[in-house]
Amino acid sequence: MSDNGCGFPAPGLHSFLFQPLFTVGGYEFNKVMLLTLITTFLVIGFFWAAFGKAKVVPGKLQMIGEAGYDFVRRGIVYETLGKREGEKYVPFMVSLFFFIWIMNVWSVIPLAQFPVSSVIAVPMVLAAIVWITWISLTFKRHGFVGFFKNITGYDKSLGAVLPLVMLIEFFSNLLVRPFTHAVRLFANMFAGHLMLVMFTVASWYLLNSWMIPAAGVSFVMTMAMICFELFVQAVQAYVFVLLACSYIQGALAEHH
Amino acid sequence: MIANLAQLAAEETKQNPLVPAGPELLIGTIAFAIVFFFFWKKLLPNINKVLEERRTAIEGGIEEAEAMKVEAQSVLEQYKAQLAEARHEAARLRQEAQEQGAALIAEMRAEGQRQREEIVAAGHSQIEADRKAAASALRQDVGKLATELAGKLVGESLEDHARQSRVIDRFLDDLEEKAEATR
Repeated sequence: MSDNGCGFPAPGLHSFLFQPLFTVGGYEFNKVMLLTLITTFLVIGFFWAAFGKAKVVPGKLQMIGEAGYDFVRRGIVYETLGKREGEKYVPFMVSLFFFIWIMNVWSVIPLAQFPVSSVIAVPMVLAAIVWITWISLTFKRHGFVGFFKNITGYDKSLGAVLPLVMLIEFFSNLLVRPFTHAVRLFANMFAGHLMLVMFTVASWYLLNSWMIPAAGVSFVMTMAMICFELFVQAVQAYVFVLLACSYIQGALAEHH
Repeated sequence: MIANLAQLAAEETKQNPLVPAGPELLIGTIAFAIVFFFFWKKLLPNINKVLEERRTAIEGGIEEAEAMKVEAQSVLEQYKAQLAEARHEAARLRQEAQEQGAALIAEMRAEGQRQREEIVAAGHSQIEADRKAAASALRQDVGKLATELAGKLVGESLEDHARQSRVIDRFLDDLEEKAEATR
């Protein structure tokens, strides 16, 4: 696939495969896993530095940390769930947001240059955790019958089409929802990474004799894509958390 | 590099990007669990405590400012009341002073009038007394002179006779009466 005659190493699925860095008990440890662990240390490290010895009069780092924390808490959780109901989910949502965001940002960090969330396993794990959270919450709030009424959108006034609606809602909420939740993040990062790799590789590949202007164009595109990706990374983290909140809100809502 | 790419390309054929790899799922779960645990147990309680402290501090500050404002208001009112009272007092004093001054002037004027009248009366009585003294002295002198003159003219002493007849006195009385009449 990478060899189509002209020698241009076009990016493809192989861009998402990595040689193992080392092997532990038969399992390969690769770049994705390394970046995942570094993400954990980075997120905790930053917020430890910011909030570890929090002061009433904040330092610069604490101020930045507080701004990020406040953005998720007030801007996402309180907005969707309200202050009273939402308070309980703030730690979960804050973790989700910064974990995902840093995973995405790896895409443009030199040496790393790979968004960890473009590997389906990562969004899938997170979407699964959200899914389990709101499903169990629905059970707890509404009981067994209430759970089915809640996720099937049971509404007597629909009359004859009610079974159809219930069937669609059931599949939509229970099965499609977690899938789209994970794939939305995955696909955005996947596509972004492909674009970045393509323009980066092209800038290098085109760098000979009369093709140099084209290389320049490609390089400018790379820069533009990096800026665009920085935006997409933040937006996708935001969207993921916002959706998680709205699912939980659906679970908490009284059925009517 | 080329060999690696070839190998990866070979793997790619059986690669489905939507099928997660077990180890990655595991690592992802653990990584997120760690992040969540730290936020949940340590970092967010930490910052929430501080935010709460800050909130109470700000509220305390606002309350304090409110109290100070109220106090300032009461002090201002008190001050204004005192000022009004002082103004009133000053007006009263001025009024009183004016009245007192007027009374004093009137009294002084009356006193002056009285003294003037006294002085004038004293002057009058003095003049009267002087006049009387002068008149009696004059009468004696004139009598004596006239007697002497008459004695010299007549050549004999008429003194005794004159004293007996009181002629001179009568004459002088006549003169006085005339003078009174012409005055």
